[in-house]
Amino acid sequence: MFRRTMLNGTLAAAALPVVARAQGRDLTVVSWGGAYQDAQREVFFRPFQQQMRTRLLEETWDGGIGVLRSRIASGANTWDVVQVESEELLIGAEEGLFEPMDWAAIGGRDAYMPEAVNDHGVGAILYSFIIAYDRARMAQGPENWADFFDTAKFPGKRGMRRGPKTTLEMALLADGVQPLRVYSTLATPAGVDRAFRKLDSIKADLAWFERGAQPPQWLASGEVAMTVAYNGRIAAANATDGRNFAITWTNNLFTLDSWVIMKGSPNRARALEFLKFVGQPEVQAGLPPRIPYGVTAVGANGRLTSAVLAQLPTAPANIATALQINDRFWLDNLDRLTQRFNTWVSR
Amino acid sequence: MRASPRLASALLTAPLLLFLMLSFVAPIGAFLWRAVSDTEVAPVLPRTIAALAAWDGTVAPDEAAFAALVEDLRAARERDRAGGAGGIARAASRLNADRPGFRGLLPMTARRVEAPFEGPARAAVLAISEEWGDAETWGAIRRAGGPLSSFHVLAALDLRQDAAGRVRAVPEDQRVFGTVLARSLWISLLVTGACLALGWPLAWLIATTRGWAGTLLLGAVLLPFWISLVVRTAAWMVLLQREGVVNAALGGLGIGPLPLMMNRFAVVLAMVHILLPFMVLPLVAAFRGLDPALPRAAASLGAPPWRVFRRVTLPLCLPGIAAGCILVFIQALGFYVTPALLGGPSDQMLAWFVGFYATRSVNWGLAAALSLLLLVAVGVCVALYGRLAGFRRPGAA
Amino acid sequence: MGRGLIWAAGVLVAAFLLAPILAILPLSFSAGSFLFYPLPGLSLRWYRDFFGSDFWLPALWNSLVIGGAAAGLATVLGVPAAFALWRLRGALRAVVLGVVLAPMVVPVIVVAVALLLAFGPVGLVATHAGMIVAHAALGVPFVVVTVLASLEGFDAVQLRAAAACGAGPVRAFLRVCLPQIAPGVAAGAVFAFATSLDEVVVALFIAGPAQRTLPRQMFAGLNDTISLTTAAAAAMLVVVSVVLLLVVGWLRRRAPG
Repeated sequence: MFRRTMLNGTLAAAALPVVARAQGRDLTVVSWGGAYQDAQREVFFRPFQQQMRTRLLEETWDGGIGVLRSRIASGANTWDVVQVESEELLIGAEEGLFEPMDWAAIGGRDAYMPEAVNDHGVGAILYSFIIAYDRARMAQGPENWADFFDTAKFPGKRGMRRGPKTTLEMALLADGVQPLRVYSTLATPAGVDRAFRKLDSIKADLAWFERGAQPPQWLASGEVAMTVAYNGRIAAANATDGRNFAITWTNNLFTLDSWVIMKGSPNRARALEFLKFVGQPEVQAGLPPRIPYGVTAVGANGRLTSAVLAQLPTAPANIATALQINDRFWLDNLDRLTQRFNTWVSR
Repeated sequence: MRASPRLASALLTAPLLLFLMLSFVAPIGAFLWRAVSDTEVAPVLPRTIAALAAWDGTVAPDEAAFAALVEDLRAARERDRAGGAGGIARAASRLNADRPGFRGLLPMTARRVEAPFEGPARAAVLAISEEWGDAETWGAIRRAGGPLSSFHVLAALDLRQDAAGRVRAVPEDQRVFGTVLARSLWISLLVTGACLALGWPLAWLIATTRGWAGTLLLGAVLLPFWISLVVRTAAWMVLLQREGVVNAALGGLGIGPLPLMMNRFAVVLAMVHILLPFMVLPLVAAFRGLDPALPRAAASLGAPPWRVFRRVTLPLCLPGIAAGCILVFIQALGFYVTPALLGGPSDQMLAWFVGFYATRSVNWGLAAALSLLLLVAVGVCVALYGRLAGFRRPGAA
Repeated sequence: MGRGLIWAAGVLVAAFLLAPILAILPLSFSAGSFLFYPLPGLSLRWYRDFFGSDFWLPALWNSLVIGGAAAGLATVLGVPAAFALWRLRGALRAVVLGVVLAPMVVPVIVVAVALLLAFGPVGLVATHAGMIVAHAALGVPFVVVTVLASLEGFDAVQLRAAAACGAGPVRAFLRVCLPQIAPGVAAGAVFAFATSLDEVVVALFIAGPAQRTLPRQMFAGLNDTISLTTAAAAAMLVVVSVVLLLVVGWLRRRAPG
C-alpha cells in the first residue's frame, strides 16, 4: 500500500504541469497599490466584477520595464492588464511586450482624449510629481526644487523616487536649469554628470521610495521632512486620513499612465471587456473625487465638480509651470541611465 | 528486502530523490548554468562571431566582419518574422548587459540593413551608427560568442575582459559587487559576533539552570524561533518607525525622534533577533555536554577563572560554538526579506541583487553568477560545519 | 565572573528575544490607528478588518492549504527515504543525505529565482501546485531529519522478529516500526508545515495573486501602508506558531527513548 501511495504521489507530481496549464487563470489586473488602487477597487474593479459576474485578481507592482521584460522572456508571465508609465508603454510596444490595442473593442479612438490613444495602450490617468510636506510639522515649506535640495534652509530627510526618471529632471531644475532646457541638458554627458553632482550634494539626506504609497506614509510618520510624491495620494491622505499635507506645484513633472495588455495573455478578450468598462466616462468620473488624478475618456470631466477639477494636475494654476516628462528621451536613455543610477545609489 | 537491502533502500529513496531532482536540483542547476553559458547571441550572429575569431581587438574589424554582420542580421530578421522567435531581441538584451545601448542598436541596425545597399558593408553600417566603429562594440559580440563564457562571473566580481582579451577591473564608478559582497560578509560577520556575545550568557543559564526558570528561559528562545520571520521583521518595523513604540518612549524621556529605520542598524538588530536562537540552541547543547567536573578540577588545581575558561571550558565547547557561528553565518549571508524591509539601498545584501537582476533587469546570467558566489560562500561554511558537527541541525533534531 | 552578572545578561537577552513580539500583540487590539502606546482604547476593529477584507482571509486559507499539502507531500516522500537512510551506511548515505538536506542550506533566494525560471515554461508559476511542490521541497529535510532522529530510538531487531513471524517488509514497517516512530513522523510533518507557513521569498517570486499566503500578504502590507490589520495578521500567525510549538513539544515527549 505504501508503495502505491508513493507511486501515486510521483505520478501526481509529474502530472501537475499539465493540470496547471489546463486550469484557466482569472483576469489579473496590475496597478500601483495604496490609496490609488483602493480607489480603483471601488470605482473599477468591484463594479466590473459585479456587472460581469466574473472574478478579477489584483496585483500591485512598482514599475520598471525590466519587470515586464523578465515576465515575457522567462515565460512566467501571469499578468493580463497592467498600468504602465508613458516610457514603459513606448519601450514595451517597441519590444513586443504588449498586445496591440483593439480600439474598436474599447469604444473607439474618438472616445478618448488624443494623448491617451496609442497603438498598444490606452491612457488611464494624468498625474503630477510634486513636492509634498506636512504643514503640521513645517509651516513654511519648500517653494521649488532649489528649496527641496537646500538642506541648510530646510533640514531633514527627503523622499525621492528610486530611479533616474524624474529624479534627474528634478536635480537639474534645482540646479537652475530652465524647464524648457532640462531634456536638452540631460541629453549631454555633462548634463547627466551635473544632475548626479547635484544629487550627490544631498545623498546622505535622501530616502528612496519605490511605491507610491510610501511618500504620504513617510510624511505622516515624520520619516521625511519633505518628499517627491504623486499629487493624488497626497490629496487622498488629506481627505481620508485627516492630514494637513501641502503640495508645491512649482515645476511639477506632468505625465500620463496607460493600461496595456501583456503579450500572449490568455485573457485578452476579458481584458478588453475590462478596458471597455473602465473607459466609460460615467465610470471614470468616479475616480477623481476619490483621488484627484485626471481621467482620459471624453466627457468624463464634464461630470466633475469645479472643486474636484481645481485639484487635478490639469487645472490651469497647477499646469502653468509644469514640465511634461519627455517619453522619447526616456525611451532612448532609460536603460543607460538606470544602470548608472543603480550603481550610484547602491554604493 | 531480504534479497537486497541496497535495492530496497534505493526503492524507498527513489521517489524523494526524483522529486527533489525535478523540483530542486535540476532547476537550480539549470539556473546556475546560466552563469557560465552564453547561448543568446551565437544563433543570431554566427557568421559575425566566426569572422571575429582571428580579430586582434585593437580597432574595429575589417570589411569581412561588417559583411558577416549584415548577412546575419538579414537572416535573423527573416527568421524572427517567420517564427516570431524574437532572436534579435534576445541577443540585443544579452549584449546590452555587456554594453548598454545594444538593446536599441542591434534591432535598429537589423531594420536598416534589410534594404539592399551599394558599396562596402562597412560604410553602410557605420552610417547607421558610429558605435560600430568602436572596437568595444565588436568586443561585446565576440565575448558573447559562447557556448561558454566567463562574462557573467567576471561581471559579478567587478571585472571584465576588453576586446583584446585582457581581464581588467571595471571603471571605478561602475564597481558595485565588490562592495556588495564585502557588505554581505561584513553584516553576516557582525550578526554572528553579536549573536555569540548575546547568546553565550543565555545559553549558559539555560544549560545550567534546573527547574521552571530554565524551562522558561528555553521557552524564550524557542518561541521566537517558531514565529514567522516576516512577523518578527514586522515587529521591528512597528517598534523602530519614526512614530513607533521606541521613538514614542524616547520622546517621553525628551529624546528624539531618532531615525531608527531604513539603515544598517535596523537591519543588523533585526537579523540578530531572528538568528539568535540558531546560536543559543547549539551552545546549550555544547554546554550541557560539558562535564562540570573538568573546570572544577582545573580550579581546584589552582588555575584562575580566566585560565580555566580559556584552557578547559572553551576548547571543550569549541565544536558547539563553531556550529552555532556557522549556522548563523550561513543564514545571514542569504538574507533577503529583512534588509529589503528595514534597510536602505546601501544596506542590501547579495540576495537582493540576485532578485533584482532576475526580475527587474533581464540579466539572468548575472543573477546566476551572483548566486554562484553566494553558494560558494555557503558551501565553504557547510563543509566546515560538516567537519565540525556532522550534517545534523541541532535546532531541528 | 559573578553568577548574578550572567543572570542579568541572560534575562536581558531573553527579554530582547521576546519584547518585539510582545510589544506588537497588544497594538492589534487598539481602538485607534497609531503604532505606539498608550492605546487610546481597546477594540477588535483590526480583527474585523482582517476578516472583512478581500485579501487577508484568502491569504490565511492559502497558507493553510499550501502548508497542509506541502507537509503531506514532504511526509509521504520523506518517511520512506528516512527509513532507507537509517539503514544505509557509507558514501551512499552521505550523498543521499547531502541531496535531501540541501534545501535547508541553499539560500532561498537562489531557490526562488531558479524555480521561477524552471516553473515558468511548464505553467507552474502562479499555481497552487507550484507553491506546494516548492514548499514540499523546502520542508522535506525537516521531515527526514526528525524521522531519522526518532528511528535512533527504534530497535531494528524488532523488524527481523516480524520477518521471522512471516510479515512482509512493508507490513513489518507499517505494523511494527511506524507506530513507534509516529510521534517523530508527526513532528516532521509539523516542521514542514511550519516551514511553509514561514516561507515568503519563494512565494514572492512564484505565487500569483490567487496564491498569496499570509506572510506574502504581510510583506505586501509592510511595503505599502503598515496598518494595524497587519499587526492583527501577525498576532494570528503568532498564535498558530505557539500552537505548533506546543504540538511539537507534546509529540517529543511521546517519542520513544
